[in-house]
Amino acid sequence: MADERPTWEIESLEPQAEGEAAVAAVLAEQPHAVQEQELLLNMGPQHPSTHGVLRVLLELDGEIVRKAIPDLGFLHRGIEKIGEYRQYNQFVPWTDRMDYVAAFTSNLAWVQAVEGLMGIEVPPRAKFLRVIFSELQRIASHLLWLGTHVMDLGAVTVFLFAMRERELVLDLLEMQTGARLTLNAQRVGGFPKDIPPGFLEKLEDFLRVMPGHIHEYDRLLAENPIFLRRVKGIGVISAAEAVQWGLTGPTLRGSGVAYDIRKARPYAAYDQIDFEVPVGSHGDVYDRYLVRMEEMRQSLKIIRQAADMLPGGPVMTDDIRVALPGKEALMTSIEAMQRHFILVIYGLRPPVGEYYSSVEAPKGELGWYIISHGESNAYRARCRPASFTNLQGLPIMVEGAQIADVIAAIGSIDIVVGEVDR
Amino acid sequence: MPPVPPLQHVDPETHVAVQRLRAAMPDAIEGISAHRDQVTVRIPKDRWVATAQFLRDDPECSFEMMLDLTAADYPPRPQRFDVIAHLYSLSKGHLLRIKTGVAEGDSVETLTTVWKTSNWYEREVYDMFGVQFAGHPDLRRILMPENWVGYPLRKDYPLAGY
Repeated sequence: MADERPTWEIESLEPQAEGEAAVAAVLAEQPHAVQEQELLLNMGPQHPSTHGVLRVLLELDGEIVRKAIPDLGFLHRGIEKIGEYRQYNQFVPWTDRMDYVAAFTSNLAWVQAVEGLMGIEVPPRAKFLRVIFSELQRIASHLLWLGTHVMDLGAVTVFLFAMRERELVLDLLEMQTGARLTLNAQRVGGFPKDIPPGFLEKLEDFLRVMPGHIHEYDRLLAENPIFLRRVKGIGVISAAEAVQWGLTGPTLRGSGVAYDIRKARPYAAYDQIDFEVPVGSHGDVYDRYLVRMEEMRQSLKIIRQAADMLPGGPVMTDDIRVALPGKEALMTSIEAMQRHFILVIYGLRPPVGEYYSSVEAPKGELGWYIISHGESNAYRARCRPASFTNLQGLPIMVEGAQIADVIAAIGSIDIVVGEVDR
Repeated sequence: MPPVPPLQHVDPETHVAVQRLRAAMPDAIEGISAHRDQVTVRIPKDRWVATAQFLRDDPECSFEMMLDLTAADYPPRPQRFDVIAHLYSLSKGHLLRIKTGVAEGDSVETLTTVWKTSNWYEREVYDMFGVQFAGHPDLRRILMPENWVGYPLRKDYPLAGY
């Protein structure tokens, strides 16, 4: 009687054991007929599924991965060294190019570190706008993750759907900064300019259509048996291992650890906004998928509240240590002109000291540790990279898995090689 | 325009980790400092791993997570490099920075036995500064090619390379 279940639900017919028995039989007669050895397979650095120039060396026993060894550095550009040779505001464009998929949070992390070092308060409007743009960037980043991750697993349709929605976010970012990807959206002390007229209306349109689209992706994927076979129980990392390996962001929360910097060390206006942090339980690829999907919904909720609570006022601090005087003061007061000249030509100077500050970037905890010797450039500008640390978890996740699971695991960690290598 | 008030720095003795170290391992503290709300503890090199272990395991400190491990180069000093680690307690919610000084050509013990995440961080410090980590399971370059000569983040290494 043939099995009535759909073919993809039937357990494998034990080809592994049959094959091994056949090999053993041949070897018994002719000891030198069959030789087995481990295969070292090179995946990358040019590979459609490694999301950038990532090279992974796989020690394979047939199809089973015994060891995965990432080889990094193909996109290393020495950004931390450049940080020692540029003024603090001049360095912002380099932060764009690290996590280029979520440039706003990268800008924000750097600028907040300098503000933390100097004790600068940004005005309330700037704080709420930072929340709005950070969450817009989180949605854009997660859409790119969703599209590329499931495309690697074969669901090509979702990629173009996600890109279509990402265009909506990129339009909003372009309205504010003029750029879609590398935004240069922040200065020390706030925003260089306020949001343009029409921005909030366009934001309303986005908030109205986005929940339906997220529902669309869920309908295509969350109960899809093919997708589930590729992601459920794959790439598992336990909570204790994840904490030991320093994972952060959705990669950590998928394993059940509720560590989110927006709740743990709130910055911008997150302490005034009501939202939940989704946490998984199994630590597999599916849970990380569910965490990121829910994070997108929560981001919409956060943007809704921030847009409703958005106060008026300036978007840049008036702290004289960092803020340029306005054009009028510049043209009428000699002290203002002197200050403008010093800040632009020489740069703002923090006090001597050191500070570590981090944000909840879409990839995880993105932090900057700045050592200042009182000059206009940092003495040491250290990036705490979310993707680099999360990638350390890859060998744990794929040990004993098959090659296709390596693809699923890399996608679920959501790395940006620009941040891995800096 | 009103003058900017001077920065307020928290008293480092109020940090629970400093208090616990003073009580349990007083010789582990070579120096303490604070900048705004963040506390830094300088630890002698030979107490580096023991102090880290204590900070992780002591129930009141409970630093389960290492956020970052990096280094800084101070060429005029005899102990030229500072190895700097940021620790965070998930359960208690406090942050601490620990530092130790290492001379050029000298090595410091690895923290991979305390927090596994220091594996790649220490590889990167070795790659960029040339600091050796004794007992590291796999100390080789991570970002630069394996046959690179020189340590790019040192202050005497030119910005544009050679």
